[in-house]
Amino acid sequence: MYWSSWSDFRAMGGHAFFVWMSYGALLLAVVVEMLLLRARRKRALAAIEEERDLETEN
Amino acid sequence: MNWFYFSSPSTFYGLAGRLAPWCFVSAAVLAAWGLYLGLLVAPTDAQQGEVYRVIFIHVPTAWMSMFLYFIMACYCGLTLVFNTRLSAMMARAIAPTGAMFTFVALWTGSFWGRPTWGTYWVWDARLTSELVLLFLYFGYIALANAFEDPRRGDRAAALLALIGVVNLPIIYFSVQWWNTLHQGSSVNFKGTSMHVTMLTGMLVMSFAAWMYAIGAALVRVRSIILERERRTQWVRELKAA
Repeated sequence: MYWSSWSDFRAMGGHAFFVWMSYGALLLAVVVEMLLLRARRKRALAAIEEERDLETEN
Repeated sequence: MNWFYFSSPSTFYGLAGRLAPWCFVSAAVLAAWGLYLGLLVAPTDAQQGEVYRVIFIHVPTAWMSMFLYFIMACYCGLTLVFNTRLSAMMARAIAPTGAMFTFVALWTGSFWGRPTWGTYWVWDARLTSELVLLFLYFGYIALANAFEDPRRGDRAAALLALIGVVNLPIIYFSVQWWNTLHQGSSVNFKGTSMHVTMLTGMLVMSFAAWMYAIGAALVRVRSIILERERRTQWVRELKAA
C-alpha cells in the first residue's frame, strides 16, 4: 500500500481535482453507456411486441 | 466444423447473449485489480507526481479507441467485400463504444495535461489526430443511420470507416513524425521504460477495457439484430417461447 491515510489518497498529492475528474469521467461514461444499452434492448423488445400485436389484429 | 454457423444473426444472437455476461464479469474483476494496482499500490512518479495516475485509464482508453476503430474497419471491409449482414451489425455495435473510449482518452489526457503541460488542450499532432478519430466515429454513426434502407447505410458508412483507417497510423506515429508536446510512448514493441507495478496496472486495465468493449458490443449487436430482424420468423418464435 502506497498511501498512509485516506485523506492522503483523496488529495492525490494536491492533484485531486485532475485525477478524480479523469476517473469520474470514465465511470460516468461507462454508467451512461450501460443505461443506453439497456434502454435500446427494451425498445427493441417493445418493437417486436408491437409487430406481433399488429399481426394478430390482421 | 461449419465456420459460417455463427455468421448468421439468428445463431449469433444466442452466442452473444451467453458470452456477454462473462465479458462484463471479467472486466469488473480486471478493473478492480488494475485500479488496486494503479491507485493504491503503484509508487508515485518522480517527475509528474500523483497526477500521473491518470495514465492507468488514459493509456488503455487511448489504445482501445484505436483498436476498436481497426476492428470496426475490418468488419466494414467484410461488409463491402462479402455483403454479410452480421459484419455490418458488428461494426455498428462497436462504433458507440469506440467513440466513448476516444472521448474518455481525450478527456483524461486533457485533465492530465493541465497540471503537467500547463494547458488543457493544444493543437498538437497526437491530440488533433485523436480528435479526428472521435469525429470519424461520429461520422460513421451518423452516416450509418442516415438512410431509410439500413443496408445502404451499412455500405456507405463502411466506406467512410475504411477511408478513415489512414488516421490510425497518423495517431500512432504522430509522436515520432512531428516534434510535438505529447510525449513518445513508454511502452512499444521493443520493450518498456516503466516501473513493473505501473506497467502491470496499465496492462490489467487494458484487458479490463477489452473485456468491457467486447461485452458492450455483444449486448448492442443483440439489440441491432432484434431491430433489423423483428419481422422474421425466428425473432417471433424467440419472444413467444
